[in-house]
Amino acid sequence: MLWNTFLLALRSIRRNVLRSFLTILGIVIGVAAVVTMVTLGNGATKSVADQISSMGSNLLLILPGQRFGPGSSGAPNFKVADVEAIRNQIAGAKLAAPVVTKVATAVYQAQNWSTSVVGSDDQYFESGNWELTEGRIFNDAEMRAGKAVCVIGSTVRKELFGGQNPVGADVRIKQFSCEVIGLLKAKGQSAMGRDQDDTVVMPLRTVQRRLAGSQDIDRIMVSVRDGASIDAVKDQLTLLLRERRNITSSENDDFRVMDTRQIAEALTSTTKILTMLLGAVAAVSLLVGGIGIMNIMLVSVTERTREIGTRLAIGALESEVLLQFLIEAVVLSSLGGLVGIALATVASIALAGVMQVPYLFSAGINALAFLFSAAIGVLFGYFPARRAARLDPIEALRHE
Amino acid sequence: MSDRTIIRLSGITKTYGSGQAAFQALKGIDLTIDRGDFIAVMGPSGSGKSTAMNIIGCLDTPSGGSYEFQGVRVERLSRDQRALLRRHFLGFVFQGFNLLARTSALENVELPLIYRRHPAGVRHAAAREALKQVGLEGWEDHTPGELSGGQQQRVAIARAIVTHPTVLLADEPTGNLDTRTSEEIMELLTTLNRDRGITVVMVTHEPDMAAYAGRMIHFLDGRVERDHRNGAAA
Repeated sequence: MLWNTFLLALRSIRRNVLRSFLTILGIVIGVAAVVTMVTLGNGATKSVADQISSMGSNLLLILPGQRFGPGSSGAPNFKVADVEAIRNQIAGAKLAAPVVTKVATAVYQAQNWSTSVVGSDDQYFESGNWELTEGRIFNDAEMRAGKAVCVIGSTVRKELFGGQNPVGADVRIKQFSCEVIGLLKAKGQSAMGRDQDDTVVMPLRTVQRRLAGSQDIDRIMVSVRDGASIDAVKDQLTLLLRERRNITSSENDDFRVMDTRQIAEALTSTTKILTMLLGAVAAVSLLVGGIGIMNIMLVSVTERTREIGTRLAIGALESEVLLQFLIEAVVLSSLGGLVGIALATVASIALAGVMQVPYLFSAGINALAFLFSAAIGVLFGYFPARRAARLDPIEALRHE
Repeated sequence: MSDRTIIRLSGITKTYGSGQAAFQALKGIDLTIDRGDFIAVMGPSGSGKSTAMNIIGCLDTPSGGSYEFQGVRVERLSRDQRALLRRHFLGFVFQGFNLLARTSALENVELPLIYRRHPAGVRHAAAREALKQVGLEGWEDHTPGELSGGQQQRVAIARAIVTHPTVLLADEPTGNLDTRTSEEIMELLTTLNRDRGITVVMVTHEPDMAAYAGRMIHFLDGRVERDHRNGAAA
């Protein structure tokens, strides 16, 4: 009986191919959207985690933070002296690099390209795992004098120089001209999807004077010595900076010392929240799809009133008519679920390629989406099915 | 009352609505139908004949009185129990045929057997046999849209008899057909009544069609006005 009802439902769907397709379109789009969002979100989360773990576990990032509570004001930026203090006083810190970042347009002949200009010193390259393919990095004299020299990333080279060797050329950045002395080896996209090679690195003083116009430092990168405890170094850094920034014991830190695990958590939690939000938006379209199914099932019940009357007269039980229409709704919505999953698979693979995140097939989310679409069929099919089952056979037979 | 009696109505009343708006469609019907009867139910519209047919067909319940079908008090049955009674003992033929559209004749005839949970092989064989009996051998795969009115009514009759019902209820089965086709349908019903012993209760407006029946019951104003046997069939 159940099998027959199932075949009957398939037959009635086949009879009205176009309408059935339009009916399930809502479910198709809903399921496809949810599955694609979650699949891509998982891929993005994984790629973030992978890239951060490839950065090594011995990197610490110090950022100025907001202090909370009454009488609080914006936290001051760091100074070069802070970096010096870290280098001199903290034994566990192998390297400490000050970092200032500004966005500026670089021009070479007729080409121009907006990029992020980093001001730092020679320790920046080692702590950031940068390698050179051409030229050299800046020397002590250039750093002290704040000379206009720069090391460029491979994206900047491609945009400004094409295939040419950039070393020795002069690039104009804002109002000043700057000699290219080195070319960085390509690193690819960062955890946040930013192109890491889209960068120009200059001596800290050069950037402070000519671009930033202040002595401040945006953040400090600290590389922990092999064998030293990361937590111990973090504690020492915190203590040192509290002292240097005159924070009394009753006040909270106005800066943050983050290790790569925390950075990873912060970043992946952002992608996770985004995934959830997008998934929720997509789930709304599933709901709309369910209402579409209910609508069409109600129309179907009205259209087939005489058929229902005939079935009841022939001896169909209320429960059998209910089951027939319920199964029809479930078959419709599950079909929508299957088509949606197929669509999502194609879309996820294509988009994963475009967005450069790995495609991660998750059986869980696919199974969940399918079950959910079937559940929508039950939920939104029940009311029309009950209406059909409760029809008075005499009235139904008389229906025109 | 002989033991050939399968249907007995005693003091059946049916009232629609209540209070001031109440309308009494049946005002006390006493009627017995014997196995093998071929009955034509006649009467002007509003005379209560359709209401009586619905009650006999277990589609409706009386407001008062008692209805025994093969000794079972139908008025005491639930909706589902009445459905099972229809499934196993009654066959219906409607004025408008009521076949499933875009569904082959064979599948239409199989429908009642699906509810009886017969396996597919048994269903196919029984449906083919029933279609053969109504003279539609070779038309199994045609849908109602591809059949004439007379052929559609034959499919409907095949659907009604495929379960070997005790009673066949026909509500103006020739109402939508021309005279020649109507006569063919009446001859088919007569044959089924005579050769297979199926009790036929038929509502009709047309005296020509009623003439095929062995017994005629006239309704008027919610009562049985006249109940007599046809000389020819007696």
